Amino acid sequence: MLSRTAENLFWIARYIERAETMARLLEVGARIALMPSAGHGYRSEWESLLQASGTSEGFAAKYGDPVQRNIESYLFFDRDNPSSVISCIASARENARIVRTAMTSQVWDALNMAYQEIRQLERMPRSELELTELTEWVNRQAALVRGTMDATLLRNDGYSFLNLGFALERADNTARLIDVKYYVLLPSVDFVGSGLDNYQWQTLLRAFSATRAFHWAYGGEVTAAKIAHFLILNRQSPRSLISAADAAMEHLDALSQNYNKSGPAQMRACALVSELAETRVEDIFEEGLHEFLTRFIREVGELSVMVHNAYLSGEAR
Amino acid sequence: MILTVNHVTTYQYDVPMRSAVQTLRLFPSRFDGQRIIRWDVSVEGGIRGGSFKDGAGDRIEGWSVRGPVSKVTITASGQVETIDLAGVLRGHREQVPPLSYLCETTATWVDDALETLANEAVLGAEDDLDRAHRLSRAVSAAIAYKPGVTQAHTTAAEALSLGEGVCQDHAHALIAAARAVGLPARYVSGYLFARDDGEPHEATHAWAEVHVPNIGWVGFDPANACCPDQRYIRLGSGADARDAAPIKGIALGVGEESLDVAVALEATQQ
Amino acid sequence: MTNYFNEMYDGGKVREPYARLEGWTRDMPAELRQMKQAEAEALFRRIGITFAVYGEGGDPDRLIPFDMFPRVFTQLEWRRLERGIKQRARALNAFLLDVYGRGEIVRAGKIPARLVYQNDAFERAVTGFTPPRGIYSHIVGIDLVRTGPDEFYVLEDNCRTPSGVSYMLENREIMMRMFPQIFRENRIEPVDGYADALRRTLASVAPAKCEREPTIAILTPGHYNSAYYEHSFLADLMGVELVEGADLFVEGGFVWMRTTEGPKKLDVIYRRIDDAYLDPLCFRPESMLGVPGLMDVYRSGGVSICSAPGAGVADDKAVYTFVPEMVRFYLGEEPILQNVPTWQCAKADECKYVLENLGDLVVKEVHGSGGYGMLVGPKSTKEQIESFRAKIVEDPDNYIAQPTLALSTTPTFVEDGIAPRHVDLRPYCLVGEKIELVPGGLTRVALTEGSLVVNSSQGGGVKDTWVLAE
Repeated sequence: MLSRTAENLFWIARYIERAETMARLLEVGARIALMPSAGHGYRSEWESLLQASGTSEGFAAKYGDPVQRNIESYLFFDRDNPSSVISCIASARENARIVRTAMTSQVWDALNMAYQEIRQLERMPRSELELTELTEWVNRQAALVRGTMDATLLRNDGYSFLNLGFALERADNTARLIDVKYYVLLPSVDFVGSGLDNYQWQTLLRAFSATRAFHWAYGGEVTAAKIAHFLILNRQSPRSLISAADAAMEHLDALSQNYNKSGPAQMRACALVSELAETRVEDIFEEGLHEFLTRFIREVGELSVMVHNAYLSGEAR
Repeated sequence: MILTVNHVTTYQYDVPMRSAVQTLRLFPSRFDGQRIIRWDVSVEGGIRGGSFKDGAGDRIEGWSVRGPVSKVTITASGQVETIDLAGVLRGHREQVPPLSYLCETTATWVDDALETLANEAVLGAEDDLDRAHRLSRAVSAAIAYKPGVTQAHTTAAEALSLGEGVCQDHAHALIAAARAVGLPARYVSGYLFARDDGEPHEATHAWAEVHVPNIGWVGFDPANACCPDQRYIRLGSGADARDAAPIKGIALGVGEESLDVAVALEATQQ
Repeated sequence: MTNYFNEMYDGGKVREPYARLEGWTRDMPAELRQMKQAEAEALFRRIGITFAVYGEGGDPDRLIPFDMFPRVFTQLEWRRLERGIKQRARALNAFLLDVYGRGEIVRAGKIPARLVYQNDAFERAVTGFTPPRGIYSHIVGIDLVRTGPDEFYVLEDNCRTPSGVSYMLENREIMMRMFPQIFRENRIEPVDGYADALRRTLASVAPAKCEREPTIAILTPGHYNSAYYEHSFLADLMGVELVEGADLFVEGGFVWMRTTEGPKKLDVIYRRIDDAYLDPLCFRPESMLGVPGLMDVYRSGGVSICSAPGAGVADDKAVYTFVPEMVRFYLGEEPILQNVPTWQCAKADECKYVLENLGDLVVKEVHGSGGYGMLVGPKSTKEQIESFRAKIVEDPDNYIAQPTLALSTTPTFVEDGIAPRHVDLRPYCLVGEKIELVPGGLTRVALTEGSLVVNSSQGGGVKDTWVLAE
């Protein structure tokens, strides 16, 4: 397949995953803002969110102070913000339009409909749009796109590139979301283990739509260690870092079988999975959660570069 | 005259490039005034591509270099025996209709000054050959040879208004002036053996050819106020300098390019 | 008032090709018609065929109106057209091969040398080169208008990359989906063989160096191009890659596609970009759309480019005048299809005539397209005519004029029923190992009452075009 086509497919998945993360991030922000302790001389939670989504500078340039309503607009509807939900959906749809013939009409319909609908939402008065409804809408669209892909696409190399996009973006995004909670939101180490701390952890679970799953898996009291285990090391959790790494390895293996050729990307993915499989939650806290996540994000970034060089750049020989 | 040429062109990139592609018009023309004894073109580390003779009779060869590329070295070398045909391109096989050279290019765009120069120059001329000679003399007189005042993209009109320029500007001006009076003309690139003291010198050169009915293409070198003779080696032609360039290339990437050209041209005693 | 030829009604009588359609429309209730029309529009929007035809630009998401009333030819009518179109396509190709070769037609004085060799579309870079099978224009789109039962005129030839064929195919698809019944009642020649025929045509001009089944790709300027849909549609139907310039590179005398498995050799390029953008080393240096070094590979026989660079010199509006002469010169035949009489404003006496009769003529820019830069004398105000007169006087070389043709009409669905509207026709002739013409084409219709301008940018729509089987 053309390298550019593979790249388009890879990015369709990444943008859809990213749109979903953005919506989840907004959900976290809105929840935490409802806490009575908000705004008590701490760094604003909203400011933290902007930092976590990497949009802090763009926002400041456009709006100045972080006001909830403006942040919602910026992260959801602002086309000047390349990471906003609408930008991600528009980019996913544009990538899909370019490679329409490499996918089924069902997948195209799902992507196209998402785009047409968000353009309608964009035109509605903001006072009529509840944030919760918007984030649920995004989750629903993302599920539809994934569903049509799973149900209708040929299991060929294109399918692998799509799923690699999902896996790598999810690995990155999940790590960032956890990091927001632990490093950015929590103002001081003194708060570790406090009521605020636990509340934030639960909010994070909610954002992952994983509260119930968590209770099924662990039961009992919610602790930081359990949640970290669930979001990082538990293969049963679909958003955990290890699940994302597993998926990346699976699809890279499929590609190497398909092409009869294996390379550094496969080796790196394999190393990443083995490392996670051997890691205990205590090891993570010993290293420092933030340090661990930073390292993980960097490694995922390197893996993405390897995938790019091996398949998407067009320089493959 | 037997001329020995060693022409080395080096492109360097501050950042390695993804790949590089060249199209080379670096082969001496085959006509009655030139006999190629030996000639070789190569690109260091490059892959030879398609090769063909174009409609204007020039041999063209494509080359590519795989990335990462930090340097491209193109070498053309060999020996050519030349004789003086008073500028006439006799025995050159080509298919391009001369009329097609009457089309304008940016570099040879005719402004009022060029038109005036051309019209005044040909007043009282006996025939087209005489016209061409007069035009060449007029260009020689109007543009003094002075390096460094014009650039690669300077047009004929600009050079004329400056009144100074190099061989490229002279050739462009003559092409424009010839076209202004309805004579097809084209740009020729090649080498000029200008010093016989054995010292290396700037030997890449350019001049113009004007199409004269019943005679064919005739070379004029307004920069040296003469017609090409045995000191000249003709490589190829085109509508203007860009079109006739001996080396055209593109490197993919973000790096800045720097260019170095070294030509050694020697005459061998017979 | 001019008398227009109505393709359905001859006085009160229904002409043969439309015999079975009368009942169909008569029995269709207005509500059903509106429902179907809405359905058709939804289908078009859904498949995304919203580009402007013929590179007119404009809003890429704009839908071109589709008229459900088909335009019909009998087998007999079509056969004559087919002979004329193929004849013209052969002559145009013979002309191209000749002017890049020995130029016999110029030497014979049948066409002025200046018109050919000083033409902007004449590519000096390909003189002396013979493309595979000597074919320059592999897809010839010939724009025709009808003025009577047996009278067809060629408006213009498109030898480079005529667009709109996806409409021909999609219009048919949608009609068959919505009205299967009328396809059972009428025996209509299929058009869906076009993609196969196009692939065969392209494969048949693979370069001599290609020793296996040729790899074909369509070269598009990219997804922002207004005809991108058509490019991807055709690539999909033919089962070939749709590439952009950046997907290709040259090495070792061949063109390669960048794929996830490494370089893959490409043999035939159906390009949908202009000559000027094909290769920055040969043409416009600033162009990012093309492939550096492509022309070297092409000229040395490593790849075929369809249409061949330089083909545009045959479809210039000034060269157009000489196409009947080409038919006689190269084929030794009389032209079956007529040219519209054309006055060249470049010639003083003809320019004088044009200026004296502006009110009755259609004046066009030599290099214009899309119905812009055009004066339709009888439909214009005095001011418009005078302002055009000034333009012609200033730059006569840039204009040609033709009589206002009495374009035929076909029944068309309008607000309150059915009414005659003016139409033209663009069939797509394929030239490769064989010359093929799919029985059909793109009918464009001027939806505004009385309008003679069928361009989609100026209120034109499209129709399905039927050729009845015997």
